[in-house]
Amino acid sequence: MTSAQIDVLLVAVVVAAACAIPGTFLVLRRMAMMSDAISHTVLLGIVLAFFVVADLGSPILIVGAALVGLLTVVLVEATSRTGLVREDTAIGLVFPALFSIAVILISSLAGDVHLDSDAVLLGEIAFAPFNRFAPFGVDLGPVAIWVMGAILLINLACTALFFKELKLATFDPALAAALGFSPALVHYGLMALVSITAVGAFDAVGSILVVALMVGPPAAAYLLTDRLPRMLGLSVLIGATSAAGGYWLARLLDANIAGAMATAVGIAFTLVLLLAPRRGLVAAARRRRRQRWTFARQMLLIHLATHEGTPTESDESHPDHMQRHMRWPADFSARVIQTATDRGLVVLEAEHLRLTPHGREAAKEAAVR
Amino acid sequence: MDVLGGLFVDHTLRTVALGSATLGIVSGALGAFAVLRRQALLGDAMSHAALPGVALAFLLTGSRAPLVLMLGAAIAGWLAAAAIVGVVRTSRVKVDSAMALTLSVFFGAGLVVLTFIQRQPAAGKAGLDKFLFGQAAAMLESDVITMVAVGAVGLFGLLALWKEFKLLSFDPDFAATLGIPTRRVDILLTSLLVIAIVVGLKTVGVVLMSAMVVAPGAAARQWTNRLGVMVTLSACFGAAAGVLGALLSTTAETSTGPTIVLVATGLVVVSLLFAPARGLVWARIRAWRSRRMLALEAVIADLASLAAQHGSNATHPHDIGALNAVRGRAVVERALTELAADGLARQHDTGGWSLTPRGLAEADRLARSRRAPGVAR
Repeated sequence: MTSAQIDVLLVAVVVAAACAIPGTFLVLRRMAMMSDAISHTVLLGIVLAFFVVADLGSPILIVGAALVGLLTVVLVEATSRTGLVREDTAIGLVFPALFSIAVILISSLAGDVHLDSDAVLLGEIAFAPFNRFAPFGVDLGPVAIWVMGAILLINLACTALFFKELKLATFDPALAAALGFSPALVHYGLMALVSITAVGAFDAVGSILVVALMVGPPAAAYLLTDRLPRMLGLSVLIGATSAAGGYWLARLLDANIAGAMATAVGIAFTLVLLLAPRRGLVAAARRRRRQRWTFARQMLLIHLATHEGTPTESDESHPDHMQRHMRWPADFSARVIQTATDRGLVVLEAEHLRLTPHGREAAKEAAVR
Repeated sequence: MDVLGGLFVDHTLRTVALGSATLGIVSGALGAFAVLRRQALLGDAMSHAALPGVALAFLLTGSRAPLVLMLGAAIAGWLAAAAIVGVVRTSRVKVDSAMALTLSVFFGAGLVVLTFIQRQPAAGKAGLDKFLFGQAAAMLESDVITMVAVGAVGLFGLLALWKEFKLLSFDPDFAATLGIPTRRVDILLTSLLVIAIVVGLKTVGVVLMSAMVVAPGAAARQWTNRLGVMVTLSACFGAAAGVLGALLSTTAETSTGPTIVLVATGLVVVSLLFAPARGLVWARIRAWRSRRMLALEAVIADLASLAAQHGSNATHPHDIGALNAVRGRAVVERALTELAADGLARQHDTGGWSLTPRGLAEADRLARSRRAPGVAR
């Protein structure tokens, strides 16, 4: 790998980690679509701030973007609080409007600056290594790493400092309010983090990938654990892995890096959805199948136990009878009897099934339950 | 005025206006249901997700025929909706996460496919990037014809299953008890939403198409409580936003999508503020009026109870210092001025106030209607 490629990879991993932290709380608080809204509207903040400072490298742009991110939240809430439209409609009204203003303002600048709405949406992380951070002539790596590293630190610090508050306000807002924590303050604090992260990241990776990295890894982690700290850790891990995998995919296909990373997030989530140990679709399907066999075996044992010692026993304990009585297909019936025999629960004696002592025990236990 | 004049002469302008009107009518009418069914953001997810469909359709067929691209977009949008529903149904991931994830992953995949297209020889690829923000000026007659045809299919579907859609939107449980296959009707209605989205992609673009689904419906909702009226109105708002926005964007040379979206948002703001029954301005005025009425009634009641303490002489003047202390001087003064103007109270030469006989009767009536014991005698 060349040093430029290592730089890109580093930026990607740092962005992924920085996004995963506020993203975890968005997913848990069912506000994932706010990441979509905010990642679009921060563009307006950048444009407006640019009108003020006229410098694309100025940190004021980040402040402006974060403010407009918060403005988005405020407008959405104000609109839905009128009671005239629902919250999802409010989101769907506010962010396209703010984003449209931004796009129109940008096109009015056309040509004068390197700021165009395609680039913002799509991002061009491939250029990240060329924008170096070199104070006093010492090359300290790409600016993007420093910016995103700082944002990652802010996210980590805020999460660590206010972990208790975030956790409580996320899982039990009523209790949080009763205990004197302001859920509103936590809400806006979180939204501020989302805005800062979105604006820092979108310069490097584009707003759509911000959404993918904020929502995808936490959603996958949500299927893997029930513990918040572990979910945070897994989100960061899955995000960083997807980012690295996406970069590899992009080089393999020679395709847009941000797009490939978003695709990798999708692949990672799909894998987790299928293969998660307890909640995965495969695990669930296997569990259902196993339960089906266990249940059939128990029915067989209970059936034999019920008729044991009755006049009709010889009739009822014939293997062929099971098909009729239980309405089992022939091969299914045969397999149930086979597995029950293998486990030493029944024996076949003179064409008739007989419970072993072990089987009798099991039948009693199953019937009680 | 130049623009309006041009509408009748300029062929391109006419095409643009016609296409934008179609877009507005279709997305307005079908989007109204999305607003009612809380699917506003599903529209957003599906329109972003249409990008890989458009790109793949072009990559596979090499054709830029509007119908081919629309079909690709529709399939991708539909798959995205299916993915969202599938994830929500089979796992504990919530719908908001499922939407945000699907939206960004599909869009990302679309970007990957776009890079393949960009590597192809330049011929033919031009214009695909316009699907991001739309460009009405690039609209051809063939585009408009396809839009009208596809949109007509969508509107026809809406009319054909009107009753079912209406029931499903307002009371799905009741619909199910009537024997309507709600699941299938749900899928159909969502498919119609896909149609609404693909019709507008070329004009508004994938990024902002969702607003065209949401805004007209949200605006129309404020003016009526009847579904038929709302859908019709929504279609009209959509058409108005489409035509106005497209014309504005061609004269001001801005991107079409954002301009149309801003016009539509303007309609929403006006509706939220001024729609007759629900508008915020009227609600504010109503609240102010009823507050004033309450103040009036309170002062009448106060004067009446003062009068009652005087027994025989009910119109004996009273000092209103006590009233001022309780209700606030400004409120009392304004109320007294109004009461005096209505002839219900009067100020005596001493400066004190009393109710007139008519005012006493009014106080009696109010007390009765309020059934407040202890005030009426």
